[in-house]
Amino acid sequence: MNKQEYELVVVGGGPAGLAAAQEAYDQGVRDILILERDFELGGILQQCIHNGFGLHYFGEELTGPEYAQQFMENVRERGVDIKLDTMVLEVTPEKDVYAINSDDGMLYIDAEAVILAMGCRERTREAIDIPGTRPAGVYSAGTAQRYVNMEQWIPGEKVVILGSGDIGLIMARRMHLEGAEVEAVLEIMPFSGGLVRNIVQCLDDFDIPLRMQQTVTEIHGKDRLEAVTVAEVDENMQPIPGTEYKIECDTLLLSVGLIPENELSKDAGVKMHDVTGGPIVNEGRETNIEGIFACGNVLHVHDLVDWVTEESLVAGKTAANYLQGGIDKREQEIEVNPGENVGYIVPQKITNDVEDRKLVDLYMRCKKPMEHVTINLYSGDKKLLDKNERRVEPGEMITFPVPEQMISDDMDSLKVDIVKEGE
Amino acid sequence: MKDKTDILIIGGGVTGCFAARELSRYDLDITLVEKEPSLCTGTTKANTALIHAGFNADPDKLKGRLNMRGNQLYHERIQHELDVPIEWLGALVVAKEEEKLPKLEELLEKGQENGVPDLEIVKGDDIYDLEPHLADDAIAALHAPTAGIVNPFELTVALANNAAMNGADVYLEAGVEDIEDKGETKLVKTAKGDIEADIVINAAGLYADKIANMVGIDKFEITPRRGEYYLYDKQADIDVQTTVFPVPTKITKGIVVTPTDEGNVLIGPNAEVIESVENKSTTREGLDEVLNGAQKTIPELSKRNVIREFAGLRPAITETGDFLIEASDEVPGFINVAGIQSPGLASAPAIAEKVVGIVEEEIGGLKEDPDFDPNYEGPPKFRHMSHEEQAKLVEEDENYGQIICRCESVTKGEILEAIREPVGARTVNDIKRRVRPGSGRCQGGFCEPKVVNILSEELGIPENEVVLESEESKLLRERTKEPLLNEEEVSDNE
Amino acid sequence: MSETVEITCISCPMGCDVELEVNEDDDIVDIDGNSCQAGIEYVKNEYRNPTRILPTTARVKGGVLPLVPVKTDEPMPKGLLDEAMEEIAKVELEAPVELGDVVIENILDTGVNIVATRDLPKK
Repeated sequence: MNKQEYELVVVGGGPAGLAAAQEAYDQGVRDILILERDFELGGILQQCIHNGFGLHYFGEELTGPEYAQQFMENVRERGVDIKLDTMVLEVTPEKDVYAINSDDGMLYIDAEAVILAMGCRERTREAIDIPGTRPAGVYSAGTAQRYVNMEQWIPGEKVVILGSGDIGLIMARRMHLEGAEVEAVLEIMPFSGGLVRNIVQCLDDFDIPLRMQQTVTEIHGKDRLEAVTVAEVDENMQPIPGTEYKIECDTLLLSVGLIPENELSKDAGVKMHDVTGGPIVNEGRETNIEGIFACGNVLHVHDLVDWVTEESLVAGKTAANYLQGGIDKREQEIEVNPGENVGYIVPQKITNDVEDRKLVDLYMRCKKPMEHVTINLYSGDKKLLDKNERRVEPGEMITFPVPEQMISDDMDSLKVDIVKEGE
Repeated sequence: MKDKTDILIIGGGVTGCFAARELSRYDLDITLVEKEPSLCTGTTKANTALIHAGFNADPDKLKGRLNMRGNQLYHERIQHELDVPIEWLGALVVAKEEEKLPKLEELLEKGQENGVPDLEIVKGDDIYDLEPHLADDAIAALHAPTAGIVNPFELTVALANNAAMNGADVYLEAGVEDIEDKGETKLVKTAKGDIEADIVINAAGLYADKIANMVGIDKFEITPRRGEYYLYDKQADIDVQTTVFPVPTKITKGIVVTPTDEGNVLIGPNAEVIESVENKSTTREGLDEVLNGAQKTIPELSKRNVIREFAGLRPAITETGDFLIEASDEVPGFINVAGIQSPGLASAPAIAEKVVGIVEEEIGGLKEDPDFDPNYEGPPKFRHMSHEEQAKLVEEDENYGQIICRCESVTKGEILEAIREPVGARTVNDIKRRVRPGSGRCQGGFCEPKVVNILSEELGIPENEVVLESEESKLLRERTKEPLLNEEEVSDNE
Repeated sequence: MSETVEITCISCPMGCDVELEVNEDDDIVDIDGNSCQAGIEYVKNEYRNPTRILPTTARVKGGVLPLVPVKTDEPMPKGLLDEAMEEIAKVELEAPVELGDVVIENILDTGVNIVATRDLPKK
């Protein structure tokens, strides 16, 4: 076995891993290794060829590959070690990392700190329990995206897309532009999880219908997909009998949600959060295991890569602090709890005492869309801070910066709720 | 395709492959034909994967006798000879009501009559020692420690490859179109060409009646009975130790909850008589029935962590409810092995034994092949190895250093091996059944493009010729940009 | 006779449905439904001259991938997107390609260039 030692091992060379490695380097850590399973860095951004990335972080609109390339160049310039085509098989609680590739064989890496940045995977047909046959032609939207944009294959000619999140919308446009017919985009909820601008530019521009509160209830076709049965759903998302109709198609793309990919984390003994599907972390993105950090979509699913970057810089910085002599802990841990109309908040707790910090960013998602809202931050019954938003929706992450000076030693928990303005 | 053989077996399921392997012990020329591009696509593909102990089958029926003998043969020989996952987890038949107790006693007696060893009825805490997460209102259970689970895909592939290693020829995509009875021999017309055989063994599963009709036999009819299933993620925290049955009713054995050889939990099947032997569709009602049924014995089950739903068809002969294994009176040299519904997988080694006996009678004696090697070893299983063993494997062959399927830790080496075996994999689903890429929680989302790529390279075909399962199940259409360039050409021609 | 045109404003996530009233001379005489000033600018542009960034791919020979992602370096007229796709489909580049390389200059006389959006090394 090929034994190596590194101060910091970053698992995953997508936007999260790249930004975390870059920041750890800039904070003075020199001995860093990024392990990436694909043949190149950049992660899923490489297949997200559309524009719309980077408005927050770079102040300009980039495509996925452009955004990725910036960070790839940054880590290369810094001389961070990179191993491609390398799969991490195990991370132990002692931060031993087992990984494998064809050149080095089995790698056993003794690391002092580990940043988990493995990203997420797509929910499947099974996750939404669609009965029927099992023909060729049913793909997750991301798999189809890889085929079309990177492998140079078109999966089919007549397409139905289930799910109007951004990936579903983007794929509707891609399939249309590459010559396929997109019959419809179906959304089980009464609202789309995608950005308005994607609904306009990916569907309306090409007259692709978006049908709300409808879902696929059966898949037909023996060899290749032949049709799907679609039904309207009630307020509990249950199909309404009698509303069924068939759409003939040879391809069904599923854009029905993403799940943080935490098999390695769980095996390492990292504690998971039920709602996010990712590790429970403090504001430095450190997990329950000292020296193991997590950032990006492995922690919670982000809608904008800009927030992935911001979060990963935090993780990289904390990992560097940890390696350079440790992190001072607060006397009392502060829990961060979701209140009314808040689905989850990351971080789940504030535990560190950091001298030069001005803000602690809270990332959260609302449970249901609302207009003209106030977002309130409480410590116990005491309101600390609020901000107004014209509109919130579950598809768009809300960032809520909390000034450091508001966080005091006598707090034991913070709570955020989202209510109608004036309530 | 060759044009002559001693014995032609129709059907590449577990029954046909077992017959091929057992007959390859003798000095005979064996040929197996399968209509699909892959073995194991019919009844063998989608069932509960159980080696029943043999207490449920009627002792008066062939099923009852062969189940017990089959279980014995798995214990005594198969598990040692073939590199196939078999685990003896035992089975529990759980009674929750007083009035079900006589039925448990009846099963116990039937099992004892069939010769099933070590059966006992357990009560109270003893039940929960065997199955801690069982519904808390169980009052008694029949425990059958000799019941087991097997991986039916690996078993079938092992049998076919072992038969091939011992000289049998296996032809895929060689569906039988017609059979001409020429008296001494049968001329079998397949999609791959004509072949003349002294003896034909009809192990065509769901299609056995149609094959029999080709030589004028119409004494039995196959009725497909559909069973639906849910399969759970390995990482789902569902603790099931044994194969758990409810007390059976006259109509059904009830919904089974069982671990698989890979540590998933499998629940099912319901039982529904349907018309078409092609209809492997799952249904809302059927799946709900499966989950509701399973929750009666293991209440913690839900839809959470389900990674696959599927349906399988059992080829039942409803008039007798039994297997039909016999040389035809009407057509000499034609052997039917039909109606192999549950417990067909458990009985498979015994069915093969019986078939060998029939062949011996038909030919008038069999001569053993001294070179027969009963042992087979499949591709290595990277996921089950220690890191030291993994390190060694990749040192020997760098292809084991490339993980293709991250959910199941399947390497490129294993996939290549599956393709390069004597009876090699040709389809995405075949590779999945043999070495598991795509069997995990992402269901191929990440690895399918890679598997398609490897198949394309190994088979020397473009990626849009690669199929999921059947010949017509191509996964990809055209190269990106081709539809746009074609449009251009069309408008230029106008 | 005036006519009403509906445009969804995408200047922000609110996504206001804005109504434009247009008279027979094609002058915008009224704008209604917007929540802010940015909305007015957006819908005026979107009515007069809707433009889009077109992100897609172009074929490459001898690269680590058979396609390189490309985009228009400026927004182009929306009505020409499908035609631009056909033009881009005809191109076949040779690896290596660098981010920013001009793949097609002045596509369809729009004054907009198609540029590569990543480096694509040789195989």
